[in-house]
Amino acid sequence: MTDKIFEPTIIGFTCNWCSYRASDLAGTARMKYAPNVRLIRMMCSGRLDPTFVLRALSGGADGVMITGCHPGECHYIEQNYKALRRFLLLRRVLAGLGIEPERVKLVWASAAEGARFASETTAFVEEIRKLGPLNWGKPVAQLENLQEEISKLEEVSA
Amino acid sequence: MSEKKNERVGVYVCHCGSNIAGVVDVVDVAKWAQEKLGPQGVIIAREYKFMCSSLGQELIQKDIKELGLTRIVVAACSPHLHEKTFRTAAKNAGLNPYLVELASIREQVSWVHTDKAVATAKSKAVVSGAVSRVIENVALDEIKVPINPNTLIVGGGIAGIQSALEIANAGFHVYLVEREPSIGGHMAQFDKTFPTLDCSACILTPRMVEAGTHPNITLLTWSEVVKVTGFVGNFNVTIKKKARFVNEELCTGCGICQEKCPKKVIDEVYEAGLGYRKAVYTPFAQAVPNFPVMDKENCTYFIKGTCKACEKFCPTGAIDFKQEDQLINIDVGNIVLATGYDLFDARRVSNYGYGRLPNVFTSLEFERLSNAAGPTSGNIVLRDGKTAPKSVGIIHCVGSRDKNFNNYCSVICCMQGLKFAHLVHERTGATVYNFYIDMRTAYKAYDEFYQRVLEEGTLFVRGKVAEVTNAARYESEKGKLVIQVEDTLVGKQRRIPVDMVILSSGLQPRHDAKEVGKLFGISCSMDGWFTEKHPKLDPVATMTEGIYIVGCAQGPKDIPSSVAQGAAASARVLDKILQKEVALEPIKASVDQEMCSGCRICNGLCPFNAITFLEDRMVTEINPALCQGCGTCVAACPAGAISGTGFSNEQIIAQIDGLLLRNLEIQEAVPA
Repeated sequence: MTDKIFEPTIIGFTCNWCSYRASDLAGTARMKYAPNVRLIRMMCSGRLDPTFVLRALSGGADGVMITGCHPGECHYIEQNYKALRRFLLLRRVLAGLGIEPERVKLVWASAAEGARFASETTAFVEEIRKLGPLNWGKPVAQLENLQEEISKLEEVSA
Repeated sequence: MSEKKNERVGVYVCHCGSNIAGVVDVVDVAKWAQEKLGPQGVIIAREYKFMCSSLGQELIQKDIKELGLTRIVVAACSPHLHEKTFRTAAKNAGLNPYLVELASIREQVSWVHTDKAVATAKSKAVVSGAVSRVIENVALDEIKVPINPNTLIVGGGIAGIQSALEIANAGFHVYLVEREPSIGGHMAQFDKTFPTLDCSACILTPRMVEAGTHPNITLLTWSEVVKVTGFVGNFNVTIKKKARFVNEELCTGCGICQEKCPKKVIDEVYEAGLGYRKAVYTPFAQAVPNFPVMDKENCTYFIKGTCKACEKFCPTGAIDFKQEDQLINIDVGNIVLATGYDLFDARRVSNYGYGRLPNVFTSLEFERLSNAAGPTSGNIVLRDGKTAPKSVGIIHCVGSRDKNFNNYCSVICCMQGLKFAHLVHERTGATVYNFYIDMRTAYKAYDEFYQRVLEEGTLFVRGKVAEVTNAARYESEKGKLVIQVEDTLVGKQRRIPVDMVILSSGLQPRHDAKEVGKLFGISCSMDGWFTEKHPKLDPVATMTEGIYIVGCAQGPKDIPSSVAQGAAASARVLDKILQKEVALEPIKASVDQEMCSGCRICNGLCPFNAITFLEDRMVTEINPALCQGCGTCVAACPAGAISGTGFSNEQIIAQIDGLLLRNLEIQEAVPA
């Protein structure tokens, strides 16, 4: 455990119009960033049901990145503001559950900001790396069997 | 996890040549999917060099028919590129197109990661997520809505005019909205156009007249769009027609009011501050329409309450001091934005002295000076209005290719600088210096023009000008403007005294481009130009269907390119109109009224007013025609009564679990 760098698993939610296109642009421009984030595309950050975040965290993700259009630039006029409201509330709920609220991050990225998407992703992976694994929802018995856990992670490491 | 479904899934992993296969072990991904995702329903997993090729598509179609596949996952590029390709392929093989999912392992994996093992592992997770999700997909049908055949074009410069004429000539109605009193745009201010040196007005004004008199074009000048609602095929637009204080029904355009108006005003817009206009004015003689506009801020009557000279002399009684701004509401199916550019403000480069040193001119000022209809009748003279310059320095890249201002190349300035050099040489015989970083003359007949200007004897100095100053160091510099520059070809500093300096200023996005973008629901690039749907393959469409961008609104460009884009957008609009209806993605929210508790939490969330509360039954209803499919209400409903097609809770949760490989863990935990 000590000699191996912790590679977090992160679920990223993107909106169809801005932030997913930003990740497309990062790809087209061959910008390199940390490979730990696995994306889910939705039509709008407003679609983000906070239970999705909880599902991801309880299902093995160490962090969740929520991305959307910049305030005022939402394809659906103002729905990213609703995502912002839910995000702020969700962080309080997480704190109440004893989980570091920093495990969930909100990033605005326009379709032109591939570079921003890439750098924010890499930065977030580093932040989560510092926080360490979350291990939410795992029985303690299973946690004690760390060697097996690690081998399982290695098989499909992010 | 939801109960096990008996779907037959096919997984197709694309090499994309070496684009994916160079970083991701595609063979391993396919093998892994077949083995590990088999229990979930993966019947077949294949890899192929180019899935999007006709052979690749046939492979999928054959499997659908022969293996009875009910779900398809294609692990390839971004869904924004080829989702449609594979959905259509599935449809042609008899499978509902919405039962196909793209797993992006190119833009989101192979192009952005370098470690092969890590990229392969991530690809597996992405494929796993897509398989879990696609099992939860449901068959959907496209929604068809009619297209309103009318088109709105915003901006009456050459790009907008061209676009309007193309559509109008095809027999469809166009509303051409222009913020200024006349259409014509920047091109109406120029004297000559490079590289052929055609007179700008001679080629532009016939087009302006054609647009002004076309039976299929409604011209709305001195007007601005204030509100846009709706979606492709069905936009509703509110336009503010500013008060002209001239009744267009009665005005004949005789010009007597302008003649009699006693108030002279410096014309900052059309004459770039070099000439005067009256308080009631048409910006230039060939203005279309040629009804004047009253400038309320400067009109003596509006300031002091007396004068009304224009009213007294108007032979048709067209002057109307009581006229008010008018709001016009129109329905259109498509919108073309041709809003143009702003000229870079040369004052910002303070070391070039514009605004401080009188004989430093901007490119637009020089256009007006050299224009036969301009303030000096085409005489190129210094700021005193009479002295012809004996030597002129033209500075390129002012505000462009400069980290302090704009990084981009403004495209037109090199050719503009050469045109100025030619005009100065032709009309004054002065010695002309061009100061450039790189000469960029890369279009048809452009480089030949450069050669011509070289042969005329114009001097070229390669180097970015450091300063323009009137502080003389030597006798020969007294009373002159001195251009301090590093001649990079010789490797020496030079001081060149001249009488006149012309700054070939760059182009900038309109100062209000961002607000205009918001109004129409489109975005701007980092530099502030409107963003096209695809930089190469879809340069006039935007992310918002039914909205197109042409001319300099999309990025700096010359007249031929602006005209080409104007026509291109019209082809796209006509294509939409002739189809009579447009297919919309069936991504909509709907309420299960049995489950709706009537809490009304969703009621205030919809910006499109698609949600209504039925008072009599105490439940909420969503109008599918108004719903845009963002899914905000789906996420908000505490009872889970609202579901969203295409992005349902089941699909997204399944994808989360799949991405985290929980589908495997659970299966592996079960004893065989």
